[in-house]
Amino acid sequence: MKVVALATAALLLTAACTPGSDNPGGAASAPSTVKTDAAAMGDVSLTVWDQEVRGGQAAQMAELNKQFQAKYPNIKLKRVSRSFDDLKTTLRLALSGNDAPDVVQANNGRSDMGEFVKAGQLVPLDKWADAYNWKSRYPASVLQYSRYSADGKTFGEGDLYGMPQVGEVVGIYYNKTKLAALGLEPPKTWADFESALGKAKAAGELPMQLGNLDKWPAIHVFGTVQDKNVPAQQITMLAFGRPGASWKTAENTKAAEALVSWVDKGYFNPGFNGQGYDPAWQDFGKGKGVFLIAGTWLQADLQKALGDKVGFLLPPGASADEKPVVTGGTGLPFAVTNKAKNPDAAAAYINFITSSDAMKVLAGTGNLPIADTSAQQAPAGLAGDIFNAFGTAVSKEGLVPYLDYATPTMYDTIGAALQDLLAKKATPQQFIDKLEADYSKFAGK
Amino acid sequence: MSSPPGEPRKVGYLYILPALLVYGAFLLYPLVRAVHLSLFEWNGITLGKFVGLSNYADVVADAGLRAAFGHALVLIVFYSVLPVVIGLALASVLQRAKVRGLGFFRTVVFLPQVIAMVVVAVSWRHIYAPDGPLNDVLRAVGLDSVARGWLGDYTFALPAVGVIGTWFETGLVTVLLLAGMARIPRERYEAARLDGAGAFAEFFAVVLPAVRGEIAVAVTLTVIAALRTFDLVYVTTSGGPGTSTSVPSYEVYHRAFELGQVGSAAAIGVCLTVLIFVITLGVNRLADRSTA
Repeated sequence: MKVVALATAALLLTAACTPGSDNPGGAASAPSTVKTDAAAMGDVSLTVWDQEVRGGQAAQMAELNKQFQAKYPNIKLKRVSRSFDDLKTTLRLALSGNDAPDVVQANNGRSDMGEFVKAGQLVPLDKWADAYNWKSRYPASVLQYSRYSADGKTFGEGDLYGMPQVGEVVGIYYNKTKLAALGLEPPKTWADFESALGKAKAAGELPMQLGNLDKWPAIHVFGTVQDKNVPAQQITMLAFGRPGASWKTAENTKAAEALVSWVDKGYFNPGFNGQGYDPAWQDFGKGKGVFLIAGTWLQADLQKALGDKVGFLLPPGASADEKPVVTGGTGLPFAVTNKAKNPDAAAAYINFITSSDAMKVLAGTGNLPIADTSAQQAPAGLAGDIFNAFGTAVSKEGLVPYLDYATPTMYDTIGAALQDLLAKKATPQQFIDKLEADYSKFAGK
Repeated sequence: MSSPPGEPRKVGYLYILPALLVYGAFLLYPLVRAVHLSLFEWNGITLGKFVGLSNYADVVADAGLRAAFGHALVLIVFYSVLPVVIGLALASVLQRAKVRGLGFFRTVVFLPQVIAMVVVAVSWRHIYAPDGPLNDVLRAVGLDSVARGWLGDYTFALPAVGVIGTWFETGLVTVLLLAGMARIPRERYEAARLDGAGAFAEFFAVVLPAVRGEIAVAVTLTVIAALRTFDLVYVTTSGGPGTSTSVPSYEVYHRAFELGQVGSAAAIGVCLTVLIFVITLGVNRLADRSTA
C-alpha cells in the first residue's frame, strides 16, 4: 500500500515536468563579427573535451596544447580527456548542463553532431572559417563531414560545425611477399585486382582476410566494391541520407552481386561471419592472406607485424589514372558549444590545432594529418604508402562517406543485411530492398 | 480488538525509513521515471513530446523486437533449465561420493561466477572462432564437417551464446543446491535405504523435495540473468549474424545511447521489467505452493 502511494506521489511529481523542458532548443545563431587575435582577448578560461587519449593522438594533443599555452598565456586551457565511448555517452548531458565545456570533440554522425545542431548546442563556424581561411586549406570533400543544415536535418551540406585534425580512408593492404611469389605487381586497375584475387585462389593462397563477426567490417568491403560500381555523387547522397537518391538502381545491385561473387569464388576465409575483426587482421599480420580491405587505422599494428612486407593502395579504378573514389572520413571534429563564454577564443584554439604547423606536429607524432598531407615529410614504409594514398584521395576530392552515416538506424540495418547477404541468407535484391526501406523511411520519399 | 504486543505499529515505519529512502531514491524513483519517460518521444536533449502508449504499441508491433524477446526466452532454457538439471546431477554426485577436497571442487565449479562477464565473453569468442580451440578439437577427431564459425552461423549462434550462459550459471546453481543438500538430515537417507530405495529413488524421494526452495531461488536468479543478458551478446555477436541473437536489453542500450530514442528504450525496459516480474512471481508461487 505504502509503495503504491509512494509511486503515485512520485508519478504526480514527475508528470509535472516534461523531459528536456529545461532545454528549449532552436538553432544557435552565428556571431556577426569575429575576432581572431587570440593574444588580445584578455584573460579567458577554455574548457576542452577531447578523446585523444591513445598513443600518437595523446602525444600530438599534449604537444599542441603546450605550444598554444606558451603562445597565448592569457588563455587558460582546461583539458578533459575521455575515451571515445565515454565521451559519446557523457557529451549529451554535458552539453545540456549549465557548466558545459567551450570546445568539444563531437562524433560527426546524425545521432551526435546532428542532434546537437538540432538542439542549438553548437555554434556555426563559417565566419571564423572565412577569417582563418579554413575553406581554402581544407578540401570541400573533407569539410562536408562537419556540415549540417541549421535544423540538423541535412547532413553534408549547410553550415560548418567542426574542424577535424586527422583523416582516414579504407583501402587495400597487400602482402608484398605473397604478391611477388604469385608473380604479380600491386594492381593498378580494378580488373587487375580481381584477377589477382583469382590467381591467389588458384595458387592455394587465401585471397582476402575478412572478420565480420562484429557486423561493421563488411560495410567497408562493400563500400569499396560499391565505389567502383556506383557514381560517387549517388553514394554521397545515400551515405549522408539526403533525399533524391535510391538504393534500387542497377549499379547498386551490381555492386552487391559483385561482392557475392567473391563469396562464391571462395575469396574470403571460411567462416568469416564468425571471425572477429581483430583476429582477422592479426591473421593477415601473421602472413595469412594476400589482401585485406581495411582502414588506415591499422597502419601502426600492421607495420609492426609485417614490417616492409606490407603495402597499402587506394582501391584502383577502371583505368590507372581514373579519379579515385574511396570510402573515408575524418577524425572527430572539434566544435564550439553555444555555452562557450568566449567563442572567439574557442575558435582561435581550434584554428591553432588545425593550422599548417599543427599538421606538422600531427605527422611527426604518427598521425595522418587531414590537410596539407602531401606537404609533410612522408614517413618510410607502410606509413609512407598511406600518406601518399590519403594525399591523393583528398587532393582529388575523392572521399565518399561511410554508408552507415545515412540514418540513425543504418549502422545496424546495413551490418545485419551484409551478414545476411554474405551468408546467402538474402539475395542481392533483398539486400538492396532492406537498405532502401531504411533510407527512404528516413529521407522521407 | 487487541493490538499485537510491543510498541505501537506506526513506529515501525521509522525503523525502515533509512532503508526506504535509499530504496526509493535509487530504485523506486528511477523505475517511476522510466515509466514516465516511456510515455514520451524524447531524444535525450530537446523537449519531449507526450505520445501516450504509442511507444508500447511500437514494441508489440515491431517484428524485430518480438524476435528479440523470443531469443531471450530461448536463452532461459540455457541459462536456467540446463544449469538446474546439470547442477542437480553435479551436486548430488559431489554430495554422495565422499570426495576428498570437496571445497576445491566447489570452488572450481563456482569459478565462472567470479570472472567478469566481459572476460568470459572474450574468452568464449576465442573458443568459438573459426580456427579456435573448439574447431581444432572437432577437426582432431575427424569431425571436419561440423567445424564452423559458431558465432557467425545462423543456426548455432544463439545456442552457442546460450551454452556460455549454461557454463556461467551452472556453478552458482550447483553451490546453491549443495548447500541445500547438506541440510538434509542423515536419517532420511537411512529411512529411504531401509525401504529399499536405490540411488535414483533416493534422489527423487529425499533430495529433490528437500531442495525445492533452493531450486526456486536458482531458477529466479538465472531467469533474471537470462532475460537481461546484455554484455554477453554485446561482446560476442552484437546481435548477429543478421539479427539472430538480438535481445531486448541490447535494444534498450542501442535505442537510448545510439539512436537517441529514450522514450522507446524506456518502454522496452519497462516491458522487460514486467516480464521478469511476472515470471519470477510465477516461479515463486509454484515453489511456495508445493512446499505448503
